Amino acid sequence: MTDLSSNIILVIAVTSIATYFSRSLGVLFSERIDENSKIFRLFDCIAYSTLAALISKVVVFPAGDLVEASNLIRLIVVLVCVGVFFIAKRNLVYPTVLSAILLTTLIKFV
Amino acid sequence: MINSGYFLLGFKSVRSADSPAIALGCSFLAIGALLKNIGFNFQQSFFSTFFTYALPGQLVMAESFLIGASLINIFIGVWLVNARLFPMAVSMFPLLKSHNQPKWKYYLSCHFLAVSSWLIMKKDYRTIDEDYRIDFWIGIGTATWSIAIFSTVLGFVVSDYLSKDMMIGLAIVNPVYFFCMLLGSMKNIVIATSVILGTILGPVFYLVSPEWCILYGGVTAGVIAFLVGEFND
Repeated sequence: MTDLSSNIILVIAVTSIATYFSRSLGVLFSERIDENSKIFRLFDCIAYSTLAALISKVVVFPAGDLVEASNLIRLIVVLVCVGVFFIAKRNLVYPTVLSAILLTTLIKFV
Repeated sequence: MINSGYFLLGFKSVRSADSPAIALGCSFLAIGALLKNIGFNFQQSFFSTFFTYALPGQLVMAESFLIGASLINIFIGVWLVNARLFPMAVSMFPLLKSHNQPKWKYYLSCHFLAVSSWLIMKKDYRTIDEDYRIDFWIGIGTATWSIAIFSTVLGFVVSDYLSKDMMIGLAIVNPVYFFCMLLGSMKNIVIATSVILGTILGPVFYLVSPEWCILYGGVTAGVIAFLVGEFND
């Protein structure tokens, strides 16, 4: 096995352990929590807001391929797709498919 | 062991109109192509999603690997970006509790915890018998996890045919899908406040601390939303 291969296996193992750590810790902690308690409601709010923070961070300050699209183009795509989501009576397929087509088109022609 | 009826009901939930299959597929397709481009082989790409199954964490792993970061740095980076999974688990697993179910199901199935499966479960859990919610959850998780693994493999295989523009187009699908799904889940003032404040504070805290912005923004927004709920009760 080459050094690079064994390195990749170690990197995958470390990534998997770091990810499972948060998931299993959450299960362990939740064993003592009642779904009608205040602490449950607090964590519910934090879970929703953390997801929203993650998604908006990805759109406003992206990493990877999205950097290639300007902030304005990314925001236009998100706003148009949100509009389509509500016009299409909360159907998720239309805005999802449209987002990729719209972004690719805008990058090419704007 | 696992009630097949509830398992299949959960498994089939990815076929609904609001299924995350397309968004998940596009995102992991891009991950598969990315892993091939940075030097992972077929098996390594497969096992990356098989064992990790967390998109932001896998992106951090790929970026860290590219710059030659140490294992401890990769661990901390991945743990930080995946820390959101902790409150997600705490806000979901109490809903699945049943004294008639063994604990191993909970610790094994927590591997399926991701934004897509979490949002489906939070939307549908009330319609499922309390004793079998964990089996329903395992069904949802198996379906979303399988889509992710299949798409990673597909992305690896077709990576040579994906242009830069197509990769950029695929990258926006995930945030748009999950943002719409979050907007759709705003059924009361507390969740609406959580989502709106989280959306604003995530990028705001990025200006202060890029590494911790998701946690700072999420926790601050969540605590304010919780207090809004308490004040309204």
